[in-house]
Amino acid sequence: MNLTYTPEQNAFRAEVRAWLAAHVPARPLPSFDATREGFEAHRAWERTLAEGRWGMVTWPQEYGGRGVDLLQWLIFEEEYYRAGAPGRVNQNGIFLLGPTLMEFGTPEQKARFLPAMANGDEIWAQAWSEPQAGSDLAGVRATATRDGDHYVLNGLKTWSSRAAFADWAFGLFRSEAGSQRHQGLTLVLFPLNAPGVTVKPIARIDGKVGFAEIFLDNVRVPADQRLGDEGQGWHICMVTAGFERGLMLRSPARYQVAAARLAALYRREGDPDDAVTRAAVAQAWMDAEAYALSIYATASRILAGQPIGPETSTNKIFWSELDVTLNRTALSILGARAELLPDPAAPDPTGDWLDDYIFSLAGPIYAGSNEIQRNIIAERMLGLPR
Amino acid sequence: MDFTLTDEQKMLADVVAKLLDDHCPPAALRQLMTDGAPRDADRWGAIVETGLVPVLVPAEQDGLGLGELDFALIAQACGRAALPEPLVDHAGIALPLLAACAPAHPLLAEALSGAATLAIGHPLNPLVADADTAAALLLVHEGDLHLVPRDQVTLTRRPSIDPFRRLFDVAWKPSGTTRIASAATAAGPLADAIDRGALFAAAQCLGLAQCCVDLAVAYAKDRTQFGKPIGSYQAIKHHLASVQVKIEFARPVLHAAATRFPDRDTRSRAAISHAKLVAAEAADLAARTAIQVHGAMGYSWEVDIHFFLKRALALTYVWGTPAFHQARVERRVLAGPLGPDQTFLPDHPRQNEGQHA
Ligand SMILES: Cc1cc2nc3c(=O)[nH]c(=O)nc-3n(C[C@H](O)[C@H](O)[C@H](O)COP(=O)(O)OP(=O)(O)OC[C@H]3O[C@@H](n4cnc5c(N)ncnc54)[C@H](O)[C@@H]3O)c2cc1C
Repeated sequence: MNLTYTPEQNAFRAEVRAWLAAHVPARPLPSFDATREGFEAHRAWERTLAEGRWGMVTWPQEYGGRGVDLLQWLIFEEEYYRAGAPGRVNQNGIFLLGPTLMEFGTPEQKARFLPAMANGDEIWAQAWSEPQAGSDLAGVRATATRDGDHYVLNGLKTWSSRAAFADWAFGLFRSEAGSQRHQGLTLVLFPLNAPGVTVKPIARIDGKVGFAEIFLDNVRVPADQRLGDEGQGWHICMVTAGFERGLMLRSPARYQVAAARLAALYRREGDPDDAVTRAAVAQAWMDAEAYALSIYATASRILAGQPIGPETSTNKIFWSELDVTLNRTALSILGARAELLPDPAAPDPTGDWLDDYIFSLAGPIYAGSNEIQRNIIAERMLGLPR
Repeated sequence: MDFTLTDEQKMLADVVAKLLDDHCPPAALRQLMTDGAPRDADRWGAIVETGLVPVLVPAEQDGLGLGELDFALIAQACGRAALPEPLVDHAGIALPLLAACAPAHPLLAEALSGAATLAIGHPLNPLVADADTAAALLLVHEGDLHLVPRDQVTLTRRPSIDPFRRLFDVAWKPSGTTRIASAATAAGPLADAIDRGALFAAAQCLGLAQCCVDLAVAYAKDRTQFGKPIGSYQAIKHHLASVQVKIEFARPVLHAAATRFPDRDTRSRAAISHAKLVAAEAADLAARTAIQVHGAMGYSWEVDIHFFLKRALALTYVWGTPAFHQARVERRVLAGPLGPDQTFLPDHPRQNEGQHA
């Protein structure tokens, strides 16, 4: 156990910090989930990141990365959130599909998709869920039928984040007619502007079009856009889900920065005699620290050659629950102003806390609901019977 | 930066776990209760033999010179076994305190060998544990540290709900001969004692929390109701999964806090307090959940879980109540600076920065 950074790690941090200080937009970009304009502003930011080769620092140089290790990735993320840099519009690509491609993609697929992903040319959506296949993802019905050197896609995908404006999607399809459950599933990459694809935005509870339905009507895609083997789809999805729940999607810096902002809010606006809220502020900081320490432990274990285990499920529960209570605590400090829509021009602006709180409520649902994660912990970690 | 235990540390944890599996199974706890003896001489002998007593004493003073993380791993195993003997108080807290304050004291050698144990009466704890079997007591008067032979104190037993905790009111008279360190000399080592006490209480909590989960899981696989093992019911699964989540996120907090102990600053102390808070919560939730999963069996004397419930209760309030530790965390949070780049930093740059093993 050595909890000090090496000189190289410190130098890396300094380099990231300096670059971000010079490049992060002075004013926050408009939401990428509300309008095309906001989406494209975030794409432009992805291009800026890529020009500095900061798009995905862990990726090999040939795909636009820097080939750094997971600890440096954590340092990058820490600086990224400290700098208040824009949200990653391509997170489904860079954090989920990217590492999956790295593991299962052919050399041609990696060369074709990874650089375009890293530089923001192709923004990805995840097309797994269906109306009848949510938690029970093995119930997917959409089909990928082989026809010569093509697959023909049919069916309906839903709740696909960013799909309203994204360029490509990675979908889970039934490729073997009559197959059951986890068998006969295949992962296929398809462009969202292909003939036969209709994307219908769905408004979230905040009114933004953060996700969409994807209707697929005889969509022909070349067979070389299949990721992994035919019938291997379930296995690949579980690996991707590991990235989603575990390390990648929610790096701890996000919550540590939020906890620091929360403490600042309390110092500025909180009632010094309100011991309940003060305790909640301290709890938010503790939770964010605990999550960070746990991720450092996981990253260190991975660097020591051990596989990532069922901690993906404990992580998912922990970050999603801490996110809700942290943001809720901010609303307690704002008190009667908590319900006000964010308005930077207001005489006493409330910041993004309300937006962040509303978004945090989705955390226990997506990336595998917390009930499903508790099932996984009970059955796979503790060994309880199914 | 490397947040993993060394092979030596993993081995140490395994050795102690195995030792206590052999020497401190629940049946042995019950035997000790039946015998009414304060401790099991054979078990204490095996602990001494294994070399667990001098762990925290510096090598120059004939100790092993290991660190707080190493001892935290030992304390975790002690918690897991609900060990009755005072290894944690003696070797983890009292001995390093004596070694720091009175390196030349004649009792030190005997205490190091495990032939004599020391009890400690710290102002944070109103009662002194295991005072009746101690050769001498470390006691504080107006900030000065005294080492008082047991035959010079009057002990009144205060029964604890934990049958293996031997707590005493201590009446004693400070004198020039009992005083081993002035308030100025003792202040630092006594602050260390709080941090070690809190850390190792947290470690015991973590160990006993996992033990409660393991017992409950074993029972839930075995016990059948409505034609199925109760462990197949989701309500049971989710209870236990929630406890496991608490444990998983207390462990790295404890390990980091133990590693940062030598910083002895606001931040390392907040980290230790954080560990104490979350480990005690995990232990409490684990013990209560294990009882619930066992149904009425869990409420019976015959099933072992109540030992852990009672130990968790005691450990929650010794070496700083939750309110004490919450206040230390709040001071850190309100003083700042906070943020992801601050997690591992001390208040002031370390002198030996960059030379870590
Ligand atoms: C903001 C947001 C973004 C999303 N983005 C995407 C995306 O980009 N791509 C994509 O493919 N999907 C996405 N999803 C969908 C998400 O993956 C599903 O919502 C999730 O898998 C749950 O499925 P469901 O909504 O159908 O709920 P259901 O499966 O119908 O579940 C409803 C409730 O029942 C519980 N439940 C279900 N089964 C069990 C069980 N066996 N045991 C105990 N409880 C159970 C659930 O926990 C939940 O509380 C997104 C969802 C949200 C909210």
